[in-house]
Amino acid sequence: MYSKKVMEHFTNPRNVGVIEDADGVGEVGNPICGDMMKITIKVKDGRIEDIKFQTLGCGAAIATSSMITEMAKGKTLDECLKMNRDNVAQSLDGLPPAKMHCSNLAADGLHEAIKDYYARQGKKGQTDEKKN
Amino acid sequence: MEDLIYLDNAATTPVHPKARQEMMIYFTDYYGNPETLYSAGIVAREAIEAARAKAAALINCDPAEIIFTSGGTESDNWALKGIAYAHQKKGNHIIVSKIEHHAILEPCHFLEKQGFQVTYVPVDSGGIVNPDDVKNALTPKTILISVMHANNEVGTIEPVEEIGRIAKEAGVPFHVDAVQTVGNYPVDARKIGCDMLSASAHKLYGPKGVGMLYLRKGLRIEPLLHGGGQENKKRGGTHNVAGIVGFGKACEIAMTEMLPSMERERPLRDKLIKGIGERITLTRLNGHPTQRLPNNVNMCVQKIEGEAMLLCMDMNRICCSSGSACTTGSLDPSHVLLALGIPVEIAHGSIRFTLGRTTSEEQINYVLDVFPGIVERLRRMSPIK
Repeated sequence: MYSKKVMEHFTNPRNVGVIEDADGVGEVGNPICGDMMKITIKVKDGRIEDIKFQTLGCGAAIATSSMITEMAKGKTLDECLKMNRDNVAQSLDGLPPAKMHCSNLAADGLHEAIKDYYARQGKKGQTDEKKN
Repeated sequence: MEDLIYLDNAATTPVHPKARQEMMIYFTDYYGNPETLYSAGIVAREAIEAARAKAAALINCDPAEIIFTSGGTESDNWALKGIAYAHQKKGNHIIVSKIEHHAILEPCHFLEKQGFQVTYVPVDSGGIVNPDDVKNALTPKTILISVMHANNEVGTIEPVEEIGRIAKEAGVPFHVDAVQTVGNYPVDARKIGCDMLSASAHKLYGPKGVGMLYLRKGLRIEPLLHGGGQENKKRGGTHNVAGIVGFGKACEIAMTEMLPSMERERPLRDKLIKGIGERITLTRLNGHPTQRLPNNVNMCVQKIEGEAMLLCMDMNRICCSSGSACTTGSLDPSHVLLALGIPVEIAHGSIRFTLGRTTSEEQINYVLDVFPGIVERLRRMSPIK
């Protein structure tokens, strides 16, 4: 059912964990639907310097989370925002049709983390202004 | 397959070597059509009747009341649709339980679209159908009651004899889906008092693609498969001779191996349940604690997902199953777990082990050794702490 690449990422997932002092946090999914992802990022000079994931979900959910962290590391935020579920699925040599929503979740999780980063930057800009 | 730890016997069982042996000659020498006059066909015909007698002996009925089908799904479909169509002038109401197999529920949904009414009787937290609920659901238009003997997912054994009495009193035909029990747990069609009963060969160490419907003498039913008049014009189609022979042999073997097997499986089941509870936190047993099949272990493990557990088990050569959404193929986890009142988010983390005739204590110990590590690894990856 799953490709060799998916099983590889499931067996040896990359970047598992949490960045404590993250610059952005993205949480997607919910326990009711059975999939939950938390992505934390560190941003430097407009690029993903570090990224970690935690996932509750099936084989595809864990593999797509692992894959997206691998795809995102070192890339610019714009490049990351362009990443979608088809990129993720392709990088894993394909997913069963029923599992495509998992790859969607991984891309969404990354986007949410970046959105959170921008939101924090915006607030930071506001507090800096107030100080001045 | 030798070094696999196969604990998914509720899904299917390996064909007993003796059953396989007996089947072969019907592929090589006696391949004749059992409806013909020449000897190659007559031998096949006699083999079918011998198998019929063995199946009848296993469930205590007359051989004439056994009709061979392609399996449990066909038997279930036939029982529901066959009675619905035959008795629709009398009424259009059917009663089933909420935790029936899809081979009962889907025909129900189909019949509802045709204008039949179906009452889906709920179960308690252990998965037991209350016979009074069945009684209270009866209407003057009820033409069929169908309740499974034991549930395939959680192993709960239903009070079918009591329901049989209620059905008889009301004069309503009663069907029992006994796919999980025939050959694995005592089934006495007369004692249960049912009018129809489904069984499937591949659940009792016989081949896939063959099963049977017990049909009480005198019960009017519309065929599902109209055709060449086989099975006394009740089920058309050239017989799956080899399959039927294999089925018959499996029934014969069950007459002697079933009870000793149950005695072996029960303590191993209990060891597995106890061991999981002791070694892993936040687990729960699903289904009734005592009124359950001797080989069934169904548990929920919190904070992780079922399919991920199965993949990890597979990497450790252990075959089992789960009721998570990812394994049901829909967005909802198993309808059975939900009917038991298990919250959705916990039902996603379910796992089922069903022991078999060759399951050893060594294998159970191995599962207990390996399972905690699997859970630990997946919980470490989980965002819920």
